[in-house]
Amino acid sequence: MAPMISIQSVTKVYQSSRGEVTSLDDVSLDVDRGEFVTLVGPSGCGKSTMLNLVAGLLEPTSGRILVDGAPVAGPGPDRGVIFQQYALFPWLTARKNVEFGLRLQGLNKRERRERAQHYLELVGLGRFGSALPKELSGGMKQRCAIARAYAVNPSLLLMDEPFGALDALTRVQMQDDLLATWQQERRTVLFITHDVDEAVYLAGRVVVMSPHPGRISDIVDVPLPYPRTEDMRLSPQFAQIRGRVWRGVHHPSATSTLRGDGA
Amino acid sequence: MANKHAESLLEAGRTGPADAGGAPPPTPERRRMRRAGSIAWLYLATFVLGIGLWWLYAALGDNELAPGPPEVIRSFGEGLRNGWLLEHTQASLGRVVAGFLLGVALAIPAGFLMGWYRWARGMVEPWVQFFRTVPPLALIPLVIVFLGIGETAKIFVIFLAAFLSCVIATFQGVRNVDVTFVNAARVLGAGDATIFGRVIVPASMPYIFVGMRVALGSSWATLVASELLAAPTGLGRMMQSAQQFLQTERIVVGIIMIGALGFAMDRLLLVGERRLTSWQEVR
Ligand SMILES: Nc1ncnc2c1ncn2[C@@H]1O[C@H](COP(=O)(O)OP(=O)(O)OP(=O)(O)O)[C@@H](O)[C@H]1O
Ligand SMILES: [Mg+2]
Repeated sequence: MAPMISIQSVTKVYQSSRGEVTSLDDVSLDVDRGEFVTLVGPSGCGKSTMLNLVAGLLEPTSGRILVDGAPVAGPGPDRGVIFQQYALFPWLTARKNVEFGLRLQGLNKRERRERAQHYLELVGLGRFGSALPKELSGGMKQRCAIARAYAVNPSLLLMDEPFGALDALTRVQMQDDLLATWQQERRTVLFITHDVDEAVYLAGRVVVMSPHPGRISDIVDVPLPYPRTEDMRLSPQFAQIRGRVWRGVHHPSATSTLRGDGA
Repeated sequence: MANKHAESLLEAGRTGPADAGGAPPPTPERRRMRRAGSIAWLYLATFVLGIGLWWLYAALGDNELAPGPPEVIRSFGEGLRNGWLLEHTQASLGRVVAGFLLGVALAIPAGFLMGWYRWARGMVEPWVQFFRTVPPLALIPLVIVFLGIGETAKIFVIFLAAFLSCVIATFQGVRNVDVTFVNAARVLGAGDATIFGRVIVPASMPYIFVGMRVALGSSWATLVASELLAAPTGLGRMMQSAQQFLQTERIVVGIIMIGALGFAMDRLLLVGERRLTSWQEVR
């Protein structure tokens, strides 16, 4: 079976006022159906660029990207994107935000209502359907954005540091919620984070990137079973994997440059 | 089963540290209302104080031509009885409303086009920037040459003032729409038409209202100038003839009418603004 995402020798060069910036340099990566892959790396190593390419919001300078076997041509509801800054429409209530994509799919009012309510309840916002984004906390906003992305039923979820702006406690909560939903639905997830701990805790596979130019410097398998627990976070095995990822992020030259499937 | 997980997530939602629980609290609304109450008292107090100072000056000063509140009220009553006040007010209000509505009705689509299409920006912006710095008063001789001294010419000057203030604001609004909102709509499957109607328009609404309120101000400000164009009626006309006959109390009546009507129309816009942009974070 074809991989869910296939990034093939992709290079992305930005034309900026200070000349050309190579954001991604000949990057290749395959993600299988139902995999949970996290992407870590220092700021500016091209994580968002990679995600936006898969989302179809950007076009590669060279190379190609296949999603579900077909080349990416523009964004589409088969790929749900969750942005770091929530990106909820502030003029719409939580429910109307979730209904936005459903309306585009031609669902009638009653169907939209039901689907939206279902997904709001899934993220614990069942009673906040009529609240405006400004009336929600950061964590609630992000949960609403997740509900909005889930509601259109994408086979692939692309998340760009979705929990970056949250406090540590809410963040852990959101991680567990996300994993619970993922285990239930097994959609493919590509998840960007700055946080090495988060990367290891969530992922089946951690992709470590290095900057200037953006490359994949290491791919680390996380053989811990799901559901992940707080005890696992404290286990020696977790510490060991975490250590390898940490070194990859902070001293990219010290690790071997691996391409392909992990250790 | 789906239900079990939904429950676990619900539980998380309930105990999550960020959650307040229950319905969104109505307290900010109430606080705003209380604040609005106290500010209304301040409005009244400063109004009374201003009238009092004016009265004091008119009564104590030895300037024959400084009208006090009683003279102005008398003139006001006379104007109502003889009909001239209503006549002048109607004429002016008609011009302002027509010029303002035309200006805004053209400025909003023009601003959207400028923000959305590069070619529209390139074609419209130089003209807007050029005429923005030219006071409408300076255009009047030229307007007379092209449009004569009829009603069209007066409305045109007001229209121009309203259009120029509003088109810039609308354009800025469209330019400032956060690109993440556009991307968020695109990844949910939205095409250009949907993005325009359901993202660009609502997101730039606050700017458009600012533009409309500025346009309203410019419309009234241009009114008196436009009525220099040999208007038979209008508040500006009325004030100019009052000046010739040294009827200073009539000038004050004119000022009060313009101020009050401008204020009332601005409040109307404000109500619309509150209704359509109450989603905004900062208020
Ligand atoms: N629109 C753009 N124009 C020019 N250069 C850009 C643009 N967007 C990104 N870049 C450059 O591409 C590189 C990668 O950017 P990208 O946003 O993908 O990094 P990132 O890994 O997501 O960083 P962060 O963790 O800070 O979000 C950076 O060096 C950045 O300066
Ligand atoms: Mg980024």
